Amino acid sequence: MSEALNVPTMAEYMAAGKRPEVLFWVGCAGSFDDRAKKITKAFVKLLHKAKVDFAVLGTEESCTGDPAKRAGNEFLFQMQAVTNIEVLNAYEIKKVVTACPHCFNTLKNEYPALGGTYDVIHHTQFLKSLMEEGRLTVEGGQYKGKRITFHDPCYLGRANNVYEAPRELLRKLEVELTEMKRCKRNGLCCGAGGAQMFKEPEPGNKDVNVERTEDALETKPDIIAAGCPFCNTMMTDGVKSKEKEASIAVMDIAEMIANAQDL
Amino acid sequence: MDYIANILFVILLVLGIGYFTRNIRKVIRNIRLGRDIDRSDRKNERWKQMAKIALGQTKMVRRPIAGILHLIVYLGFIIINIEVLEIIIDGVFGTHRVFSFLGSTYNFLIGSFEILAFLVLITVVIFWIRRNIIRLKRFLSPEMKGWPKMDGNVILYFEVVLMLLFLIMNAADFKLQLLETPHYYDPAGVMGSFPISQFIKPQFDNMAVSTIILIERTAWWLHIIGILLFLNYLYFSKHLHIMLAFPNTFFADLNPQGSLDNLEAVTNEVMLMMDPEADPFAAPAEGSEDEEPAKFGASDVTDLNWAQLLNSYTCTECGRCTSECPANQTGKKLSPRKIMMDTRDRLQEVGDNIDKNGSFVDDGKQLLNDYITPEELWACTSCNACVEACPVSISPLSIIIDMRRYLVMEQSAAPTDLNNMMSNIENNGAPWPFNQMDRLNWKDEA
Repeated sequence: MSEALNVPTMAEYMAAGKRPEVLFWVGCAGSFDDRAKKITKAFVKLLHKAKVDFAVLGTEESCTGDPAKRAGNEFLFQMQAVTNIEVLNAYEIKKVVTACPHCFNTLKNEYPALGGTYDVIHHTQFLKSLMEEGRLTVEGGQYKGKRITFHDPCYLGRANNVYEAPRELLRKLEVELTEMKRCKRNGLCCGAGGAQMFKEPEPGNKDVNVERTEDALETKPDIIAAGCPFCNTMMTDGVKSKEKEASIAVMDIAEMIANAQDL
Repeated sequence: MDYIANILFVILLVLGIGYFTRNIRKVIRNIRLGRDIDRSDRKNERWKQMAKIALGQTKMVRRPIAGILHLIVYLGFIIINIEVLEIIIDGVFGTHRVFSFLGSTYNFLIGSFEILAFLVLITVVIFWIRRNIIRLKRFLSPEMKGWPKMDGNVILYFEVVLMLLFLIMNAADFKLQLLETPHYYDPAGVMGSFPISQFIKPQFDNMAVSTIILIERTAWWLHIIGILLFLNYLYFSKHLHIMLAFPNTFFADLNPQGSLDNLEAVTNEVMLMMDPEADPFAAPAEGSEDEEPAKFGASDVTDLNWAQLLNSYTCTECGRCTSECPANQTGKKLSPRKIMMDTRDRLQEVGDNIDKNGSFVDDGKQLLNDYITPEELWACTSCNACVEACPVSISPLSIIIDMRRYLVMEQSAAPTDLNNMMSNIENNGAPWPFNQMDRLNWKDEA
């Protein structure tokens, strides 16, 4: 059985005259994609566990405009951005956490010039700081000693130089962290970025996600850890194309930490 | 009559440097055809970036073999230039080894030049083997056929010839000094040290002094003529990076790689739309009816900014970008290196057009379609691997995005799937057809 999660909205906070510590930007994938919704829920459970005072925008949230911008539709991107900024500024948001590196990058780097300046962090960074503040315990549990490789999302890694937060969390889970031959700043894309997620690939001899999954499989992992809902989809599809889905799971780090505590 | 050689030398020098200057001014003129962009901020960071990446070669050595080999040629190139200064002074004034008053320092310098010259020779041979025998994949892409392949080899032949001439010149000079030949001989002792060319010297053992002088003079003249030819070859080759790497790293985008610029022309429109006070029927501001409406994105080189055009002249076609590109690795047509080469070739074509006609006359061509196809542009995942790989801070991605902007905003020519995605965002605030009112449903789902 599963009970409904307590997920307060900014509107409710406003009505109660309160301000949350942090706004959780769920993102489109986190709101609508069946696989990504599980990541969202796992992250919310961790927020509750760490007693973080958070809220979401709920129905007032809209696409950041990232895929439109990368597809070349600057107009649509800026319309989205300006609308979102109006909402965020009206609630006087200071700090935003998101589990999507694309939302993270856009909110952090592309909103300030349009009037939206916030302290934006990726959920792995936030979880790491909660752990360091002693608010959240991250420990091995079922993942202790498991062989795990981390796939760097382009928009977290190369785009914003965040390489250590996710790895730090994995180390705390006492996993056997193994790196792919192409990792960190040399990490290979999963194939979803630049709006590729929403279209068929151009003619070629292979799909990018298969190429990347081969990198991961070379490390003989039990689990491929991800930090991006789109990478998660691409790697999951890649593992399926290699018919390895029975033995290799693709999981977000937030899910692993939540599972380790049986949340 | 004694001065003929000196005069000839000065004429050669003036012609060589003059023609080079003329062409460099064309390069600068062409780069300025680009749109304006402000890269004058954060000077300290820019100097640091240039010192680290261009001067310090930090990104080159990320691939250790190519990086260290390149470092040798780079150091050789810079340091041997001190010797060229002496050659120029000797040439103009008819002196012999004018810096030799430096004594042991001079001997040390000449000795190091010789060792560097030798190392450069070996390195260049390895480079040639990599290109022509090992045939590294990144040197064999479709865009490297024909002239670009030849260009890469010509540079290597140039280096071999220059280094050999330098060593032969030194060997003959050394021999002539030992033979106490007037003009070469100094009673104070041998000028220079010759750790490498001493092994060439025995070849002259049974030659007449006049023959050795002829060899020395020939090598000396061919060496300096070769240098002037090399200098002038740069403009016609991919090799401008030896100069442009410095401004290019200085003017590179300092923002996080994930950050794309927000088009200002679009911001103005969006702000107007969002402003409840704006009067949609207001008369246009004085004089604004003459202004052409801003073009969104880029279909030709003049729609790109000058930093992007500088990027294109700086590219030396090493192909690290293409070898890291996920689209290229999986057989798609996109090659970030080709994006840069096409931009440069088109810019050069536009520049030549201006030279010929006084100002640009429409040639019925543009960067889009005639050089770069939409298929290449749509294959990009915007992952920044190409940007990360470039040893001199070139961004092929920024050009790809600007050209996508043109395709989408000026031509509505996005692939159907992307049009669907965009209309979803427009209508319901998500790239998929889900209602915005359902955004929080996940919290109640099992």
